[in-house]
Amino acid sequence: MYFGLSEDQIMLQDSVGRFLEGASELEEVRKFVDGDAALAETLHQGMEELGVPFVLMPEAHGGLGMGVLEAALVSEALGRHVAPSSFAAAYGMAIIGLREAGDDDWLSQIAMGSARMGVGMTEAIGAREGAGLTLSGDKVSGRASFVMGADGATHFLLTTSDGQGGAQLIVVERGAAGVNETELTTIDRTRNVLTLDLDNAAASLVAGNNHAAAQRKMIDAGRVLLAADTLGAAAMMLEKAVEYAKTRDQFNRPIASFQAVKHMCAEMAAKLEPCRSMVWYAAYAQDQVPEEAALMACLAKSHLSEVGKFVARTSTEVHGGMGFTDLLGLHYWFKRIGANRQLLGGPEKLRAEAAELQGWG
Amino acid sequence: MDLNFTQEYDDFRAELRGFLEAHKDSAPSRSDRSVRSKKRLAWQELLLQNGYAARTHPKEYGGYGAAPDALKARIIAEEFARAGVPGGISGQGINMLVPTLLELGTDEQKAAYIKPTLSGEMVWCQGYSEPGAGSDLAALRTAAVVDGDDFIINGQKIWTSTAQFADMMFCLVRTEPDAPKHQGISYILIDMKTPGIEVRPLMTMTGFAEFNEVFFTDVRVPVTSIVGNRGEGWMVANATLTHERGMLGDPDAALGRLRAIAEIMQNEHIDGKPLIGDAVYRDRLVKLQAEAQAMKLNGMRLTTMSSEKKSAGMAGLLVKLQGCELNHQMAELAIDVMGEYGILYEDSPFARDKGMWQTHYMFDLGLIIGGGSAQIQKNIISERGLGMPREPKPTPGTFKAN
Repeated sequence: MYFGLSEDQIMLQDSVGRFLEGASELEEVRKFVDGDAALAETLHQGMEELGVPFVLMPEAHGGLGMGVLEAALVSEALGRHVAPSSFAAAYGMAIIGLREAGDDDWLSQIAMGSARMGVGMTEAIGAREGAGLTLSGDKVSGRASFVMGADGATHFLLTTSDGQGGAQLIVVERGAAGVNETELTTIDRTRNVLTLDLDNAAASLVAGNNHAAAQRKMIDAGRVLLAADTLGAAAMMLEKAVEYAKTRDQFNRPIASFQAVKHMCAEMAAKLEPCRSMVWYAAYAQDQVPEEAALMACLAKSHLSEVGKFVARTSTEVHGGMGFTDLLGLHYWFKRIGANRQLLGGPEKLRAEAAELQGWG
Repeated sequence: MDLNFTQEYDDFRAELRGFLEAHKDSAPSRSDRSVRSKKRLAWQELLLQNGYAARTHPKEYGGYGAAPDALKARIIAEEFARAGVPGGISGQGINMLVPTLLELGTDEQKAAYIKPTLSGEMVWCQGYSEPGAGSDLAALRTAAVVDGDDFIINGQKIWTSTAQFADMMFCLVRTEPDAPKHQGISYILIDMKTPGIEVRPLMTMTGFAEFNEVFFTDVRVPVTSIVGNRGEGWMVANATLTHERGMLGDPDAALGRLRAIAEIMQNEHIDGKPLIGDAVYRDRLVKLQAEAQAMKLNGMRLTTMSSEKKSAGMAGLLVKLQGCELNHQMAELAIDVMGEYGILYEDSPFARDKGMWQTHYMFDLGLIIGGGSAQIQKNIISERGLGMPREPKPTPGTFKAN
């Protein structure tokens, strides 16, 4: 029994971390947020050189054929550096869904770089404002809200599910007739989401006939990847709080020597450290313990959302007034954690699902 | 990440299961807290012979002499819990005193104390805290003065669990009153039958006396009772405090408690509807389940770190703080789930499990305070785990609360 990362996994995470440390500095992130889209592509190319986008791509398609645990380590590094990236959706959820459905054509297009897919699963989890898609022949109409991984996407992988079962996974081409995008402004400017309104748009059905299972896996893995993103972002916020407290003097001493401040940091650390084991196991379970995959995804994402929220506000408080300003840029992490909390199901929704999965109620 | 065990461990587990199957009828019940009962001692003897108790202690002192193996230790804990029988005797003697003696005791002390402690015949209590020395333990004042070949001890200890039936106490006393406070302490072993020792039960909010106060009036113990050198007792005690913190907050126990609450929620009905179907209570249950799960996984990570001989770092430092708080919150939920029935206590008509969850709720608050309070834990986490500076010490005598 070995509960921890292998040397290869540590190396993967270190190499992604080192790359992002240089490439996704806060100044670069700010440029992206201010409308310079180049950073996302620079990051993507750099990550491609490391093979990172294809950790989950089967080896038959030239990918690394790794599991959700490796993908979660990448997500954690991305969250840590608030990196603009469509990884979780375009190279996490999309590849897992297509792999599970057995759609080699789309996988091969993604592997060759001729397709990149944004992912819209919101309505399969909980539809608001009557959103949802209806497929009629090879045409699709309706609304898909909060589509993730839109940066650089050429296509969108969507579901006709309304959460009542009987889902079908479809792909629509970006910019095709009847595919109308509404850009959204969220608190988290490091990753764009959008709403799609489809009006008799051409839809190609994903291969295979077990779309419900494929969709389940996509959502579970997506939740784990968002939880890992929050883990990375929260770990960075804790480190920043400790560093700041050591250098900020008040009453002629570093505020890190005041117990009030130390205890805030200790509480963050004590809550956050077990989350690391939880994300590892939830990710590992996706591939190795299928009977626990859905439950662990719900528990991990709901828990990380709660701990992440606590760390985000507490770290901001430790930074005092500076934490509240744009000067330090701490808010990019705060907002990343805030967005992760709602995407693919907020904590209450996830806990209700976890209860159902265990036959509680 | 590999959660499978190799053949060696599967074999070890199979052998242990066979042992438990063959012998479980001679085991005392898990809730049997009696000390030195015939059944308990015979069970301990059987476990010692087979290496399921005192597994890594040296053979010459009655242990099994196996190499430390965190995975086997975990398998032992899992299988005894699964079989519903108690494992080897634990307690402050085995968990705290024995490791200290092995490291710092004289040959005579090792020979005299370790074997009967491991066998369960000799029961120990810990004399550390005093009314004026809690979180600031080094402020302790119980004095030991040399008189010929003896120390003469005067003072008082508090929070001394098991003192009422202990044979011996390992105790911190001040032997060098003029030295700085951490350097004036010695660690001594006291026979509880020595004249001048009075044990008074300390009734707590639970309605039970889980602790005692111990009073020393001109208690004479030989100077050879000291462990380590005079004035070095603080260092000796700190080694054992680390052991105590490791003892508290068992992550598997938390998930077991969680399942028990889920069961209560399935059985409790309001207006004919089971509470497990109530979204609000259920949300609280799953929230705590996620925390308990995270702590269990953190515990698995610690097992691996320990078997790899890696320092546990933050993952270890947080266990006492988080584990005790989690247990307290679970007891709180169990009580809330029972509503008015949750306030019934002891032998009240209609009481569920004699008000056990209220006892947990109150006693767990005691555990949050005891063994290094939550606030002290946070100091340790921030200083040792995060590298934050200690609070500067004020000049003595300058701090007065009005």
